[in-house]
Amino acid sequence: MIRVVLPAHLRTLARVNGDVEIEVAGQATPQSVVDAIEERYPMLLGTIRDHVTKQRRPYLRYFACEEDISHESPDTPLPAAVASGAEPFFIIGAIAGG
Amino acid sequence: MSGVRVLVGTRKGAFILTADGKRQNWNVSGPHLAGWEIYHVKGSPVDPNRLYASQSSSWFGQVIQRSEDGGQTWAPVGNKFVYDGIPGTHQWYDGTPHPWEFKRIWHFEPSLTDLDTVYAGAEDAALFRSTDGGQIWEELSGLRTNDTGPRWSPGAGGMCLHTIVLDQSNPGRMFIAISAAGAFRTDDGGKTWKPINQGLRSQHIPDPTAEVGHCVHRIAMHQSRPDVLFMQKHWDVMRSENAGDLWKEVSGNLPTDFGFVIDVHAHEPETIYVVPIKSDSEHFPPEGKLRVYRSRTGGNEWEPLTKGLPQSNCYVNVLRDAMAVDSLDSCGVYFGTTGGQVYCSADAGDTWAPIVRDLPAVLSVEVQTLP
Repeated sequence: MIRVVLPAHLRTLARVNGDVEIEVAGQATPQSVVDAIEERYPMLLGTIRDHVTKQRRPYLRYFACEEDISHESPDTPLPAAVASGAEPFFIIGAIAGG
Repeated sequence: MSGVRVLVGTRKGAFILTADGKRQNWNVSGPHLAGWEIYHVKGSPVDPNRLYASQSSSWFGQVIQRSEDGGQTWAPVGNKFVYDGIPGTHQWYDGTPHPWEFKRIWHFEPSLTDLDTVYAGAEDAALFRSTDGGQIWEELSGLRTNDTGPRWSPGAGGMCLHTIVLDQSNPGRMFIAISAAGAFRTDDGGKTWKPINQGLRSQHIPDPTAEVGHCVHRIAMHQSRPDVLFMQKHWDVMRSENAGDLWKEVSGNLPTDFGFVIDVHAHEPETIYVVPIKSDSEHFPPEGKLRVYRSRTGGNEWEPLTKGLPQSNCYVNVLRDAMAVDSLDSCGVYFGTTGGQVYCSADAGDTWAPIVRDLPAVLSVEVQTLP
């Protein structure tokens, strides 16, 4: 079980409160986690990454264990603490705009 | 008693304003979809409780919401907008080729006859259609792949397809407008398109009478006379008698012929409305006076409508999708401002009153006349 912290607007869109807990088949990576999020919450398709290219949207970042892993390969294994659910996987929106 | 429902899209959510046929006492509901830019909300003529909302943000992209109960509740539908084939390029601001990139939906036009068919105008300019209530979208790519497409370029607000006009007497005919490419028409249900910009003159482009490149801000039509079109261009108010084949200027005595909105009275097809705006760059009402101008002669002769509107220190804008008319016996006219006011005139423009004053900047206004 992996805990995912979504930006507030995506929690509203997905109609969830607080952290999201998901199961990931196989190795936990940013890609497999977002795959699982999109499968459980199809209304989030296209809001975290592009429908076709699967590239992360530019105003979003991925964090794990206080490290910015946004620019690592999406297939990079997540830290053991995130894979075990001890630490959450953060999807964070840029602090910008008005 | 019949009533009206005004659908307002703003920079920070949607608002729904309802009143009975007197249009004096209003109920304000919202913000719906709070915190997101709502470029447009529009209802189906087949079932007015079916609404579509274009919800977008720089962070999370495009979401399409649908309501089946007149906006009380919403549910997301499909948001996958993919250009058909290899998109190619259009012109960037400096004239260099730039790839087509989907950014957002500016405008919906639900079918006049089929509940589940709806058209959507996109930035970068393209026309999409759904035939299942917004779940799946397909591009009507004959427009974008028109051989003028590589010469289209964006206006200051982006290269947006912002106007879609359906012709209830001719299901195959449709008009669209793009900033800053111009107006286009299809007569075969969207398979093929032709630019309809003859007669337009735009001094700010290298060839003022070019086939494409004109910054059309809005087109309006009265369904009883579908060959007569009215246009508010970047500068110039224009009229066509032949479905856009040829345009002539009808700016007449307007204080400035720049503006964004244009609309037609519900029962008088020669009565039209514009809101003159000062330009370049300033984009607020001349002299700080918010005035709607009405022509009862289809253009050229205009009268200012000021009663109830601020006549000093008013520096708001009225964006292109932010005017609408209802179809009650005494035609109601509505518009919203970037200052967050939504004004209503229940007497065809003679007098005005604000429905609300302090919404986020208004991007769009539509009105539904309810039984």
